[in-house]
Amino acid sequence: MKLQARHLLGLEGMSGGDINLILDTADSFYGVLQRDVKVVPTLRGKTIVNLFYENSTRTRISFELAEKRLSASPLNFSASTSSIHKGEGLRDTIRNIEAMKIDMVVVRHSCAGAPYFLTQCTDAVIINAGDGLHEHPTQALLDMMTIRQKLGRLEGLKVAIIGDIFHSRVARSNAWGMKTMGMDVILCGPPTFLPQHHDCLGVPVTDNIDEALEGADVVMLLRVQLERQSSAVFPSVHEYRDRYGFDIDRLSKLKKDVIIMHPGPINRGVELASNVADSEHSVILDQVTNGVAVRMAVLYLLGGGENG
Amino acid sequence: MKKLEQIMDAHALDLALTRITHEILERHSDLPALCVVGMQSRGVFLARRIAAKISAMEKVTLKTGTLDATLYRDDYRYRMPFRQPQVRVTDIPFDINEKTVILVDDVLFTGRTTRAALDALMDHGRPRMIQLAVLIDRGHRELPIRADYLGKEITTLAKQEVALKVSEIDREDSLWLMEIEESD
Repeated sequence: MKLQARHLLGLEGMSGGDINLILDTADSFYGVLQRDVKVVPTLRGKTIVNLFYENSTRTRISFELAEKRLSASPLNFSASTSSIHKGEGLRDTIRNIEAMKIDMVVVRHSCAGAPYFLTQCTDAVIINAGDGLHEHPTQALLDMMTIRQKLGRLEGLKVAIIGDIFHSRVARSNAWGMKTMGMDVILCGPPTFLPQHHDCLGVPVTDNIDEALEGADVVMLLRVQLERQSSAVFPSVHEYRDRYGFDIDRLSKLKKDVIIMHPGPINRGVELASNVADSEHSVILDQVTNGVAVRMAVLYLLGGGENG
Repeated sequence: MKKLEQIMDAHALDLALTRITHEILERHSDLPALCVVGMQSRGVFLARRIAAKISAMEKVTLKTGTLDATLYRDDYRYRMPFRQPQVRVTDIPFDINEKTVILVDDVLFTGRTTRAALDALMDHGRPRMIQLAVLIDRGHRELPIRADYLGKEITTLAKQEVALKVSEIDREDSLWLMEIEESD
């Protein structure tokens, strides 16, 4: 069994077979995480650099934990404490890190395409941990793993993704990956939060939340990225909550086994009501647990062989 | 791959498993402390059959588990990148601490898979004893490992393969010596 790709840059164009292979492998790693001894020796001797040019807590910790549980040696590099403050470019940074004999690079960057750029200037395996407004493939993979775990399948399920679609790489990776897996995805948000070219993701887009929620098996709320909003596209928190916030009232109209997801961190009381986030329908903490298993699977599948 | 020679048919295979079962029972009287763990993939079915034979003879229900040692293999960094063996299910739904674990595999060859399995088992707990039961020992050991219970010992060439078919997934019980062809 093998992945078609050498790097994990995104889910756009990834085959259903590869997605299934990653999800099946992740299920096995989920088993490892349930043991008393949660470490396996598989990646012993592999050095993995976590190159984070954007702030991140959970994704970086999740990758670092996945690396440690595979017995790899993680090396953390965050922009705030590094020489990019001194003006060093991405290419020089990666060439310097590579000179220290590393095997894999997990990268998060505010520019879309930065992970692809790295594949052009190093031999190391590159894993995208979020690039600009482009993709966040491991998040979409852990979302699909969680759905499969809770509902038993992916194909034919309806997923409503609600929030700031335009700024969301999570929505983009999920739209591509879920469509490949035969899921029925609908993206929803205020008109100012939607991509200008509605058909560019290949799934329906609407500003009508009732239409998006109708018949949904999965509801995924996205964080309103308050730090990215200007007053022109985002009038007020109150207005957003009233029109697009997901509360107990909206939950009560959905299927009895509907699951509620959120990539975190949650703005409680804005996109998601607190009592829904803590309800039995919420699988938000399962997503976090599965994130480690999915990242272990990706590292395992891409990390074999000698350097490069 | 091409079939060279049949080593066991369904009857011979059942006789071998029955004899192994008797040998296990001769050496272990504390049945509540006994459990059988099969190695992925065909060892799983052999383990279940041995457990069923013990259960039928002794009127007890034996705990059985499934072990995949892929993550403990020693050839991860020597394989071609992106051609990793598939990680299969490990399911040992009981405490193996202080238990006697009979580890069951179909073929004993270099001993490296068994070495990996021992490490994997140790990460699940600390058994009182681990013993190894295999259907076929085909020689060519690269590590100091031997079987405690053995169906049959055969002489093979390193480039040959031994392939077990089990009725649960292959529609028939049989054991074959195979030749790897150039095109494989």
